[in-house]
Amino acid sequence: MAAPTTAPAVPRYRQPDRRWAELGLLVAAFAVGAAAYIQVDLAVLGKVNDGTWGVLAITGALILSAHVAVRLVARYADPLLLPAVVTLNLLGLAMIHRLDLADELRARRAGQPIPTPDVDSQLTWTALGIVLFIAVIVVVRDHRRLQRYTYTAMLAGLVLLLLPLAPVIGAQINGATLWIRIGSLSFQPGELAKILLTIFFAGYLTVKRDSLALVRTKVLGLELPRGRDLGPLLVAWFVSLAVLVFERDLGTSLVFFGLFVTMLYIATQRRSWLVLGAILFLTGAAFAYLAFGHVRLRVDVWLDPFTDEADRGYQIAQSLYGFASGGMFGTGLGQGYPQLVPYAKSDFIFAAFGEELGLIGVAAMLVVFAIVIQRGMRTSIACRDVFGTLLAAGLSIVLALQVFVVIGGVTRLIPLTGLTTPFLSLGGSSLVANWIAVALLMRISDAARRPEPEGVAMEDAPTQAVRL
Amino acid sequence: MIRSVRRLAAVLAVLLVLLLANITYYQYFNAAELRARAGNSRVILEEYSRERGPILLGSTAIASSVPTDDQLKFLRQYANGPLYAPATGFYSIVYGATGIERAENSVLSGSDDRFFVDRVQQLFAGRGVKGGAVRLTIDPRAQRAAYQGLAGRTGAVVAIDPRTGAILAMASSPSFDPNKLSSHNPTQIREAYAAYDADPKKPMLNRPLAMTLPPGSTFKLVTAAAALESGQYTADTVVPGPASLDLPNTSKDLNNWSGTACGPNGETTLENALAVSCNTAFASIGMELGDDALREQAEKFGFGTSFEIPLRAARSRFPADPDVPQTAMSAIGQFDVSATALQMAMVGAGIANNGQVMEPYLVSEILSPELETLETAEPKAFSQAMSPANAASLLAMMVNVVDNGTGSNARIPGVLVGGKTGTAQTGNNQTAHAWFVGVAEAVPGQAQVAVAVVLQNGGGAAEVSGNRLAAPIAKSVMEAVLRR
Repeated sequence: MAAPTTAPAVPRYRQPDRRWAELGLLVAAFAVGAAAYIQVDLAVLGKVNDGTWGVLAITGALILSAHVAVRLVARYADPLLLPAVVTLNLLGLAMIHRLDLADELRARRAGQPIPTPDVDSQLTWTALGIVLFIAVIVVVRDHRRLQRYTYTAMLAGLVLLLLPLAPVIGAQINGATLWIRIGSLSFQPGELAKILLTIFFAGYLTVKRDSLALVRTKVLGLELPRGRDLGPLLVAWFVSLAVLVFERDLGTSLVFFGLFVTMLYIATQRRSWLVLGAILFLTGAAFAYLAFGHVRLRVDVWLDPFTDEADRGYQIAQSLYGFASGGMFGTGLGQGYPQLVPYAKSDFIFAAFGEELGLIGVAAMLVVFAIVIQRGMRTSIACRDVFGTLLAAGLSIVLALQVFVVIGGVTRLIPLTGLTTPFLSLGGSSLVANWIAVALLMRISDAARRPEPEGVAMEDAPTQAVRL
Repeated sequence: MIRSVRRLAAVLAVLLVLLLANITYYQYFNAAELRARAGNSRVILEEYSRERGPILLGSTAIASSVPTDDQLKFLRQYANGPLYAPATGFYSIVYGATGIERAENSVLSGSDDRFFVDRVQQLFAGRGVKGGAVRLTIDPRAQRAAYQGLAGRTGAVVAIDPRTGAILAMASSPSFDPNKLSSHNPTQIREAYAAYDADPKKPMLNRPLAMTLPPGSTFKLVTAAAALESGQYTADTVVPGPASLDLPNTSKDLNNWSGTACGPNGETTLENALAVSCNTAFASIGMELGDDALREQAEKFGFGTSFEIPLRAARSRFPADPDVPQTAMSAIGQFDVSATALQMAMVGAGIANNGQVMEPYLVSEILSPELETLETAEPKAFSQAMSPANAASLLAMMVNVVDNGTGSNARIPGVLVGGKTGTAQTGNNQTAHAWFVGVAEAVPGQAQVAVAVVLQNGGGAAEVSGNRLAAPIAKSVMEAVLRR
């Protein structure tokens, strides 16, 4: 039979890679960040600071290299993720610079030595974050290869999480033991641990999800997984509590626990995990409230920040004053008093934005966070393999929970827990870890959106090595 | 698996919406309340970051804000602080504001609604928001004459333009320096405030407006006005004026300062009774007219009313329900009659202004940050205290006091000057308060100034102290106003 030599008329549909859209958005993101940075200079100093052009040149070059790297090795990756996180990172730099100028002014007035600007170190960490972003998408060509390191990731994650408790290198800062210090470098290993443990759980659940979902025993009318399948959840719970008890890190323990419960739910589709998780959470929370003074203090201050606003309620009261004085439109960058809020550069940076950019500004920033989170969840949905789906969802959930816990904390929606605001706050570990998380999301979304290799007529053509 | 991811995505979206709703509450709905809280130091910082408008006399600033290097960007400075302190008040980060600084704060800070357009313009022009200016009615020469006259004494002077009610001088002695309370150093402010507060002479008391003392014989002007208005008396009416008057229902007698009768046979005219400040005559007139008539007349001059100029002045009072001897004592400004210097100046002003009492005011103009006039004060009548004819008659009697009677030290050559002395007993064996109320007109029929001077516990024991101590101060203030 004379077979037709041409392939069947499959429509030659080419998935758009949307890289030009990404570039356009990156230019816009850079413009927003640069405008903010320059506005800070103009408002505070009346001229553009000498160092500003250098900062903008460096960040511009970094962003461009990230974009080029994406074009080369993750061509089909989501086009919104990178511009969104670039916007946040640049706004964070601008606000830290703004607070540096306030510190400088204060030191000058008091006749004290002018402190080293924090924006310098934040810029270094941004550079490292973007370099690692590039490294991750270059080295990890297929996210499924990470599944091989499931247990390695677990071990590394737990070690990192508990490292601050180690003698010599562990350091207690502001009442929480979540730092390690080697020489003059301090690092929060918990931030990296979140990613490693997300990888572990994605890998673990990929393998175990069927037995977790299907094999049940009934206890008191509630369908429960078997004890041996329940193990990981209990481990997660205990580790969360350990973090809370020994490191006094309420925020990390909350994010950590929320992550595992939701990932179990995704993997098994069983709502009983959520119920169980909620019960364990409430038990843990009640226990923590009763057992620990620092937890009780946070809750009391949350319920009533103003009675003792000169002392215990000071941080949250100052934060709310910042938001209130910003009002609808904000005071304008450089024209408010965000330096009055303690830890304005780190935990309370969102209050600084609330004051100077107003409700409109912070609403826009929340939308940018929402874009990152929702694109992450979309990536999870679009992903064709279980591991990728779980990993993408997990990474997005960590980000979302962290945003909720820290911003909810500084705005008195929930009790305050010490956490950095992703991409905005001063703090290298958090910034670097979040860039790595976004790199992984980009990698998974690239796989999800990449067109299927075109079918090759097997019977006619010899197998060839195909160069991609 | 996809379904649960979708559900979680929705939950995460809800969390962000919750955040936004919560932030909206604090930034919009609850914002005004949070901004008003005492613990919110931003309000002060913001207020100090704007250039506060000046307080002007003519085109000279007596209070102005100058840029500084520290966190509070502007420092409030007062030229001649103690001289104008009763008017300006102070503007303190520790103790808030007083005086015009407080009463006109919305103008000076620029938050007044009248500046809305300016604020928008300033915003778009990228300039810092500036406050508006307040121009006062004070005549610097009169103020200086008043303050210098009071030097070394405890007392107050108020001068009014009788035609408008504009306050030309309001001096207090001893005074304080508002610069010391308006610095940016809380420790120094607290120390200065504590020192002023501990001073037994109360330098921070706004004597012209806040200090009420028995007006003594100057109140005889009110009694005389009531007599004329009753229709039963003219200047020439013969009234009893014995050396001593037996007060009904008491064992006490009321004596003249001199211890002698005010005229032959213990009788005199109303005009002469005022000229020699005859206690017995006015006490008996007071008993004749009754306390209601006296009170009514006093209230027409402003007693019982708390004026806001816009600083709030204390209420001067005439006793509510005196018995007959108490009425007699009240008629000569003793017993429970008490008045501010402002009030007694208004009595003189009302008489000099054809019987019409004008509302006193201190602010002549409100100006925009660019010093364009936004609002000019319009003189308002408070009451017609006397008929013009009776007022003219009483004014002539006051002139007689200066020309031929107890007020000789207030004479100004070539100027028609009327006046009334007063020496109010304080009981408690303290020295008396010396008073003088004067009016002057350089142009006939046009009284240009009314002035009241009070020296707290400043007089001797004799009626002459009003003339000896208070009248010269009144004279120099009137001369300053008339540019003599």
